[in-house]
Amino acid sequence: MATPAVAETTAIRRRTTQTGDIVARLITLAFAASIILITFLLVWQLWTQSAPTRHKFGFAFLFTSTWNPVTEQFGALPFVYGTVVTSILALLISVPLGLGSAIFLSELAPAGISNALTFLIELLAAIPSVIYGLLALFTVVPLMRTYGEPFLKSTLGFLPWFKGPVYGFGLLTAGIVLSVMTVPFIISVSREALLAVPREQREAALALGATHWESTWQIVVPYAKLGILGSIFLGLARALGETMAVTMVIGNDPKIAASLFAPGYSIAAVIANEFSEATGKVYQSALIELGLVLFLLTIIINGVARLMIVATTRKGSKR
Amino acid sequence: MMGGNLIWRKSVNAVMLSVTGVFTVLAVSSLFLILGYLVYYGGRSLDWNFFTKLPFPPGEIGGGMANAIVGSLEIVGVAALIGLPVGFLAGIYLSEFEDKMFCPLVRYVADLLNGIPSIVVGLLAWGLVVVPTRSFSGLAGSIALAVMLIPIVTRQTEQFLREVPLSLREAALALGASKWKTIATVVVPAGSKGILTGMILGVARISGESAPLLFTAFNNQFWGGGITQPTASLPVMIYSHAIAPYEDWHRQAWAAGLVLIGMVLIANIAARLVLARGISVPRA
Amino acid sequence: MKLTKISLALAGLMAVAPPFAAAQQRINAAGATFPAVIYQKWFDEYHKMHADVQVNYQSIGSGGGIAQLTAGTVDFGASDMPMTDEQISKLTVKPLHFPSVLGGVVPTYNIAGVTQDLKFTPETLSGIFVGTITKWNDPRFAKDNPGVKFPAEDIQVVHRSDGSGTTFVWTDYLSKVNPDWKSKVGANTSVNWPLGLGGKGNEGVAGTVKQTPNSIGYVELIYAVQTKMAYGSVKNASGSFVKADFNTVTDAAAAAAKNMPDDFRVSITNAAGKNAYPISSFTWLLIPSHIPDAAKAKTIKGFLQWMLADGQKYAAGLSYASLPKEVIAKEIKQIAKIQ
Repeated sequence: MATPAVAETTAIRRRTTQTGDIVARLITLAFAASIILITFLLVWQLWTQSAPTRHKFGFAFLFTSTWNPVTEQFGALPFVYGTVVTSILALLISVPLGLGSAIFLSELAPAGISNALTFLIELLAAIPSVIYGLLALFTVVPLMRTYGEPFLKSTLGFLPWFKGPVYGFGLLTAGIVLSVMTVPFIISVSREALLAVPREQREAALALGATHWESTWQIVVPYAKLGILGSIFLGLARALGETMAVTMVIGNDPKIAASLFAPGYSIAAVIANEFSEATGKVYQSALIELGLVLFLLTIIINGVARLMIVATTRKGSKR
Repeated sequence: MMGGNLIWRKSVNAVMLSVTGVFTVLAVSSLFLILGYLVYYGGRSLDWNFFTKLPFPPGEIGGGMANAIVGSLEIVGVAALIGLPVGFLAGIYLSEFEDKMFCPLVRYVADLLNGIPSIVVGLLAWGLVVVPTRSFSGLAGSIALAVMLIPIVTRQTEQFLREVPLSLREAALALGASKWKTIATVVVPAGSKGILTGMILGVARISGESAPLLFTAFNNQFWGGGITQPTASLPVMIYSHAIAPYEDWHRQAWAAGLVLIGMVLIANIAARLVLARGISVPRA
Repeated sequence: MKLTKISLALAGLMAVAPPFAAAQQRINAAGATFPAVIYQKWFDEYHKMHADVQVNYQSIGSGGGIAQLTAGTVDFGASDMPMTDEQISKLTVKPLHFPSVLGGVVPTYNIAGVTQDLKFTPETLSGIFVGTITKWNDPRFAKDNPGVKFPAEDIQVVHRSDGSGTTFVWTDYLSKVNPDWKSKVGANTSVNWPLGLGGKGNEGVAGTVKQTPNSIGYVELIYAVQTKMAYGSVKNASGSFVKADFNTVTDAAAAAAKNMPDDFRVSITNAAGKNAYPISSFTWLLIPSHIPDAAKAKTIKGFLQWMLADGQKYAAGLSYASLPKEVIAKEIKQIAKIQ
């Protein structure tokens, strides 16, 4: 039925739409590729600009604890210590709190209330770090100095972690602030993981005579454990990279002390504080190398978190 | 698991379940505490000066953060201008053009970029923009923020485009539309709610960032004179004012905190409403 | 589409936001927090008199000032520690040191129940900051401050976390009066503090001391005055306890004024003189000797002229001390060296 003219037009239209498709594909491909380019640039920058200290100190950089810009002796240990300690403290507080809340929200609360409360808790994740810092500086620090730390000192002062002068600023306060910042991640992801556990599991446990708590704790939670672990790693990754809230309360002292009351320093905080005054290639390079260390830490932890969360969704979908 | 043990198990049950309730209350109340403090201290400190005046020299009362408010809008605006299109188009690619090797790589890298601490992104922008131009600039700050925005928008766009049912796409193709036309006129509008949500949430997230601006946009006591000059921003001002010893600066930090969190929360709530109620964006 | 609306709005915003004429001289500077209070006042007043000149000064510490000047991101820097030969060698354009004002670094404290002005000696000060004196009820304080009731509390030491000229002045003084300090800690913009909290900038130290009971830190005088914090007197080389103020700081500079070196790099800590405040210092603007932008060079020179004349009048009101006449005269000659 198609006359040669119509056939011709259809062919042209097909070619133009094909070109259109190709162009669209190329354009969107280019933008997708730009993401890879940006990340590559980031890694390249971090690697090349930290060269002076990498060559000077090698791996010893990670294990040295002096930080002396004047003699140009740099070591990452105090910052790694501070970062790790505050993050672990944060998790020690936020994991029980978060997991407990997630259990409540997935097992006990009716769907409407659960959704509403989860929405509110997720708003916590949207609050900027500098505002957490502002609040911590004027509320948490004085509270810790006047009540919290003296109380811990008087009750648990025999432990090495609770000895020494009480400043209000320090590793403990930073850990507490970080715990509030990580809790929403743990609640949000753990709740999803718990909700994904098939009904049959719970019902089977209850049918065998378990109490609600026993069914939850002994059956549901272990079933969702990969997702829960994933949420913990996610929270950990966030805590490691937090800058502003930490730098406002950690005390900014590049030392390693056993006491949690002592001021400390984190990788992100020292970069924020000292980068604009880093004179000389070596000083700058030391800070950038710290950035590289932090970058690698967060990649690894985020990677592990992703694997775990993906594994849970796959498991959950197997009915 | 029998007999007297049952009373013990039942009490454990009651206690633990109430404990979880208590934990939830604690978690939620921390949000209200935070908001409460900000509304109380910030509300008392908000005044006309705050919105209209430039910062005064230290120790003098009555200055404001007018330049920081405008500066934040400028920096975030340019970041959105750069980051939203890139993220949007990259998301389309990931969802519509399946490429066995390339797509998983892009997804993985996007997630990687998403998890990078903001201070490290600041280092990138410093090296890329500040060093060659030998100048701090709002633009460097915008680029840092754009780098943070892109992965968020990419993943959100991809996710919501994937949710558009295959049947819609097939119907369009059956009618003779080309692939790109299908995407542009059918798929994207269908997923626009979610995409818009992702964009709003992404922009809200970057507008509160302070760390990447510390050595890119730097700060400014005056009206900056454009994005190529050091530019004041609300988050950086909050930081510098909070750690200073002046009561008046603390007051202003609270006010700025309230303004910032107001913007962020409104954006978040609006985004959720868009997603939930199904307000769709009119077709272009 | 959405995007065009956004970009239109943005373009409109950028057109509106800088609300003034095109011929703006925008000068970026960064550096010491020690003189930041008077610098901000100066730049604010100068802007009121010359509406086309905006000097954006960011107080990020002397270390920051030197770093950014070296990186070329600012038009001039500011520092309370004169640049060392090594630092100067890293700059392609040699910087000129212009003393801008005199100031004093004071020990400021926040001790429960103590309202009086305390007297400090080199021994007590170095003891506190090195950690050998740990409690406020140490007998060494009572000796110098009879009648004051000290609490039996730990001393919370606060120092600078950033590279600071104020730290240099403080540690320079302690090094001069205490050879032990000199060997253990030394004098520089950044030292290995044996203990204490780190505050960012003079502002951060003052803020931390103000908030932390039983703490002591070192700040430039104006930061203690403006925040109404107590600060003590220090025993000077002649043995008298002197509190920092306009006269005592000016006295400290008297000898240096007569024998000012040509490059203006000099330290006046622990100066001789019955009434000299021992922890005083000049603070310098670091101006490149060659400024390619002729209009900028002219503006900077104009500001310097003003600073050395009318600017000095603001010093007393802000608890700094004005420069000695001889120094001013010498500096005016140096202005000509800026090309």
